Amino acid sequence: MKLLDGAGVRADDYERADAARAQALPAAIVPYAELAAAPPADGRRRVGVEVPNTVAPDQIAPFFGRLSLIAVGFPTTGDGRGFSLARRLRRAGFRGVLRAVGPLIADQFPYALACGFDEIELPDSSAQRQPPTQWKRAGAAMTLWYQQGYARPASILEQRRLARQGGQNV
Amino acid sequence: MYRYDEFDERVVRERVAQFRDQVARRLSGSLTEDEFRPLRLQNGLYLQLHSYMLRIAIPYGSLTARQLRQLALIADKYDRGYGHFTTRQNLQFNWPKLREVPDILSLLADVDMHCIQTSGNCIRNVTADQFAGVAADEIEDPRPIGELLRQWSSLHPEFSFLPRKFKIAVGASENDRAVLKAHDLGVRVVRRADSGELGYEIHVGGGLGRTPMIGKIVRDFLPRGQLLAYVEAIMRVYNAEGRRDNKFKARIKILVHEIGLDAFRDRVEREFAAVGVAAAQDENEELTRIAACFAPKPYARLLARSDSFEAAKALNPAFADWTESSLHPHHVEGYAAVTVSLKPIGGVPGDMTSDQMRAFADIAERYSFGELRVTHAQNLVLPHVKKDDLFALWRMLAKSDLAADNAGLITDIISCPGLDYCALATARSIPIAQAISTRFADRGRQRDIGPLQIKISGCINACGHHHVGHIGILGLEKRGQESYQITLGGDASENAAIGELLGPGLGADDVPPAIERIVDTYLELRNEGETFIDTVKRLGVGAFKTAFFVGERNEAA
Amino acid sequence: MPALKNMPLPAILVANDLRDGDVVFRAADGWTRDPRAAAIARDDEAAQALERAGAAATARQEIVDAYLIDVDIRSDGAPVPRHFRERFKTLGPSVRPDLGKQAEFVGYARAAAE
Ligand code: HEM
Ligand code: SF4
Repeated sequence: MKLLDGAGVRADDYERADAARAQALPAAIVPYAELAAAPPADGRRRVGVEVPNTVAPDQIAPFFGRLSLIAVGFPTTGDGRGFSLARRLRRAGFRGVLRAVGPLIADQFPYALACGFDEIELPDSSAQRQPPTQWKRAGAAMTLWYQQGYARPASILEQRRLARQGGQNV
Repeated sequence: MYRYDEFDERVVRERVAQFRDQVARRLSGSLTEDEFRPLRLQNGLYLQLHSYMLRIAIPYGSLTARQLRQLALIADKYDRGYGHFTTRQNLQFNWPKLREVPDILSLLADVDMHCIQTSGNCIRNVTADQFAGVAADEIEDPRPIGELLRQWSSLHPEFSFLPRKFKIAVGASENDRAVLKAHDLGVRVVRRADSGELGYEIHVGGGLGRTPMIGKIVRDFLPRGQLLAYVEAIMRVYNAEGRRDNKFKARIKILVHEIGLDAFRDRVEREFAAVGVAAAQDENEELTRIAACFAPKPYARLLARSDSFEAAKALNPAFADWTESSLHPHHVEGYAAVTVSLKPIGGVPGDMTSDQMRAFADIAERYSFGELRVTHAQNLVLPHVKKDDLFALWRMLAKSDLAADNAGLITDIISCPGLDYCALATARSIPIAQAISTRFADRGRQRDIGPLQIKISGCINACGHHHVGHIGILGLEKRGQESYQITLGGDASENAAIGELLGPGLGADDVPPAIERIVDTYLELRNEGETFIDTVKRLGVGAFKTAFFVGERNEAA
Repeated sequence: MPALKNMPLPAILVANDLRDGDVVFRAADGWTRDPRAAAIARDDEAAQALERAGAAATARQEIVDAYLIDVDIRSDGAPVPRHFRERFKTLGPSVRPDLGKQAEFVGYARAAAE
């Protein structure tokens, strides 16, 4: 497993654990089925949950205050449900770390970040073939986008508007 | 025509560089074919039977002479000197090399073109009424909405890995020339009768393929400024809930069908409320900016009647024949929109050589403000021709073998590439089109038969729209042979309908005579002035079965 | 290796060149664009060897979409696919005889059409 965020490869502080073991760990990710039993995150302990990409955001929203991380599964490269789930979790007010877990490829990295993810946990099989330099390059491939309201700098529409206003002012 | 601004230009340039990098990673082994496939598909690159195939977007079917010339150049330099226009208003090259595709993309970017999202499980190239901006019956030009949607859907961070492809068409008149109801999403500009307010009627869940369905109205009036928010809501519901367990049940039509239109509408409206319409002002501003690019042409002031045109028709029956099938009313007096058939008798439907492209680019510059359109029937349109120029235009078209006088008639056949090119095909389709076209070559006979749409697909995926053909032909494999099923009564207009199967499959050689028997039955049973499709609708498919089966037996004997 | 149960023989291995997209055949040694030079497997063992060669070349990023097709052997020794789909794949578009292998290997194509 390898963990990447916008800055590059990172050490993973979290361990996968069941709710009972999570009590004793500084940072643990529990399975979705154990969410209710998991200890709350607090000043000393970080607690995350790994959810399938089919989960309804309403179901986890009541737990937001107790979670420092939500990991969303991407079962395959082509299954984009996690992107919409991330959007909805952010909209529902989740402010902790959002992690994408699965065989994403470098070209999906900027999309994942824009949808609200902070980091990606890759299986070894794809991490080996796709070195971190590729992820960095893919992240910088596009510097402009049309869509508004995603977690990235001003959209083309906003830039056009600024240019128009600038033009009017001179 | 829309002109890229500096932002659009930078997006396509960056996209070219990105694809170049993706190809390099594939060739080095960093990406496996399974990982690369969605990336190449999102850039319109398929692997077909003999080679790769590159599908180039022609957004809402609008093209300039300069762009067409560039396509000709690409055809000569990187392909085999021809291209194929498709039912989704794209152009396909059948022989590109993977290692050269980035260079092709670069040449496309030079003329404001790209292959972005012409394939793959993402929002595809937006199609439109080919007479947009010209038709006398439209409320407004729907292409600015097409462009708005094109930009919004391009490289979308959330909706680029959908359950399946997602196709959008736009139109703005009662007469549906864009097959809105056969699309995942159809947007029609409408005007409220009471207030005169403009807005959108939203159709969802249409589609062809192996489970053809006609789209349903999910919102009968969406106010201006809210389109992107509403489409975002639809896309999010589909992305989250569309089926992913079975590729053949993954289109939005299946979701709408399985949960029901009302439940689907509830979910969309709830999501729409959460998305909010805060950006309505931005959308309207953007639409105004785009619409300025589609401003009316500097038309001459002409009389509605052109004496020289009438005189030429009277003197030249071949010209008169051509005008009869090729002209569509233009909203400006003295002008006409001209359909240029890419269906010469016995030819490959939708194919155009690089020489024809160059000649046609010259013609478009001379006679139509340098603008042309691609139709979903695989023909071209010169949208703004002076009636006074029609005769000269016709003579020039004839020099390039582009003056076929059959638009809308029985030999104007839609055909997918089928097994001659396509790796998914179960049978060939082009040779069937050629055989039928040759059989009905006689212009007098075609004219007597009147409007009749034959549509042919080489497999159940229905790229050739056979479900909505007045006569649909579907190529299958039966006991190691190519076999063809014939359907009757499909309709691609605002009265969209799916055709009904007529009988068991036929061998390739038996198809043209079977079509002939169907047509003869129509000629026998029609009322005065009644078209083929109206006769089929009046009498039902049953009335044609006897002829079909009688012939079956005769030929088997 | 997937079991090749019921794979009719003789067979050849067909694929597309990764870089160019061209249809290629596994030859005795390496890959060929000429169907007449395709290595012909006449028993299961030989067919499996072809498949292994295909998998290895796929892993080396030389080819994509490799699979076995069953063929008839003509009197001149050239293999002709039994299924019409694969015949088109080996020859080129039937509506454009000037393109594809049928244009390049005219003698082969003429005989295959018989
Ligand atoms: C040559 C390679 C092509 C391949 C591999 C291909 C693949 C497919 C597939 C798999 C479907 C079924 C989608 C579904 O039901 O979910 C489909 C549908 C369709 N394709 Fe193609 N296609 C090809 C060429 C074309 C061409 C040449 C055209 C236009 C002439 C075209 C236009 C369409 C249209 C209009 C549909 C049906 C509408 C719908 O998706 O509901 N395709 N294609
Ligand atoms: S209908 Fe089938 S044969 Fe025709 S282009 Fe589509 S996928 Fe290929």
